[in-house]
Amino acid sequence: MPFLEAIKLHAAYGQTRVLHGMNFSIEEGRITTLLGANGAGKTTTLRALCAMVRTEGEIRFAGRRIDGRATEDIVRLGIAHVPDGRGTFTNLSTEENLRLGAYTRKDRDAVEADLERMFGYFPRLKERRAQQAGTLSGGEQQMLAVSRAMMLRPKLMLLDEPSFGLAPLIVRELFGILRAVNQAEHVSMLLVEQNAAMALDLASHAYVIETGRVVLSGSADDIRRDDAVRRSYLGY
Amino acid sequence: MNAFLHQVLAGLATGGIYASLALALVMIYQATHLVNFAQGELAMFATYFAWMLVNAGVPYWPAFFLTVVFAFLLGVLIERVVIRPVENAPVLAVVVVFIALLFILNSVTGWIFSYTIKTFPSPFPNALGIGKFMSPHEVGAIGVTLIVLALLYLFFRFTPLGLAMRAAAQNPESSRLVGIRVGWMLALGWGLAAAIGSVAGMMVAPIVFLDPNMMGGVLLYAFAAALVGGIDNPAGAVFGGFLVGVLENVLGAFVIGNELKLAVALVLIIGVLVVKPSGFFGKVHVTRV
Repeated sequence: MPFLEAIKLHAAYGQTRVLHGMNFSIEEGRITTLLGANGAGKTTTLRALCAMVRTEGEIRFAGRRIDGRATEDIVRLGIAHVPDGRGTFTNLSTEENLRLGAYTRKDRDAVEADLERMFGYFPRLKERRAQQAGTLSGGEQQMLAVSRAMMLRPKLMLLDEPSFGLAPLIVRELFGILRAVNQAEHVSMLLVEQNAAMALDLASHAYVIETGRVVLSGSADDIRRDDAVRRSYLGY
Repeated sequence: MNAFLHQVLAGLATGGIYASLALALVMIYQATHLVNFAQGELAMFATYFAWMLVNAGVPYWPAFFLTVVFAFLLGVLIERVVIRPVENAPVLAVVVVFIALLFILNSVTGWIFSYTIKTFPSPFPNALGIGKFMSPHEVGAIGVTLIVLALLYLFFRFTPLGLAMRAAAQNPESSRLVGIRVGWMLALGWGLAAAIGSVAGMMVAPIVFLDPNMMGGVLLYAFAAALVGGIDNPAGAVFGGFLVGVLENVLGAFVIGNELKLAVALVLIIGVLVVKPSGFFGKVHVTRV
């Protein structure tokens, strides 16, 4: 049974339909990536999974239907979302942003430990601990968004372009951290990424979407070898 | 000189009351970007509830705390029943709802308790007064105000729920993504604002006496206070409250006379809007992109 499964998923912003019956699934403990051009519906797919956009169709998580539930209830099932645009609480401090990530958790001591763990992953955030998060650089806010999501101790992470605005060196570091979190804690991930080469390196499975439909899927290796994908997304 | 000092101190006492109500206004403003015109009438209605309890023989302090709880529940109820349905309505629609609430609460109070002016007890013993400078009630009111402000500060600054309420007011979408029930946070905010207002009402009632229109002037001063401090800044609203209280008293006693006191508030409101719309402490939002 797949960990997360979308069946005939439609989504629309008002009258504008963006997803037209997407079918895809994610295996537990794996990293899956969504590839596609701008406007193909990658961000909308992630938003649809957490009820941040009006949807039709079926979404199952760990065997349970979650379509039709409120965003905050879906989060409470263990799905963390690193949103497009980072979603920083700009007037709150860096530390408060991180603590909010663990808002639904009751294990206070483990939250403190996780806070230190995040500061270990991203020492820059520790330096900026008491600083108003809106004054952090774009890259720092991106690190903050990823670590805020991890503070939930999620079962599944939805990552919307986590490398956006980061220097190449930091991107490599971030992807290393994601890989470590995936392997050590078996956190499943659904990754949307501009940098298709890096996404395919990290992921074990990939879907290629065009105008709101899945057009190709397979193991990351197969997708990487596909001629059309190579020309369109990998550029060689 | 003594007379001047007396006016300043008395101004601080009423200023504390304005500060509380201004804080209630700011709390709702931060979450909704609207000024709740019914905030004063909510406080007035709660004060009548306290009067009813005291009249029925309940000792003052139990009546005080029961009233705070009543006001909190009333605030939550109003948010759930009246405000929630217009959550996504245009600004004007919400403002009309606020004004309707103002008139409904005012009339219902008059209908239940009649419009005759009533006295409201002060709980503070004579020992609190400092001679000719401040009456016991003024000293007590300042004390109560400071306690309320300190409790609110601690709540918002140091508790997870306080943090969640600040987050929900500021960024609802991200708040949902960390599992915060944003709708309930708004209702809680309404409850807290109404509870703070009820304290302000019970503190001001012994001074202005109890009648359905007692909060009209107070709300205007509180509005001026919130604007002076910066409508989105709680600390600024508190500072503005004390400033407006002192200005009102000193100017009323020595410069313009009591009849024109309310004009002080209006002049302040217009002055701030013209000269410095963000108020003294209005936040300049720094955002890097």
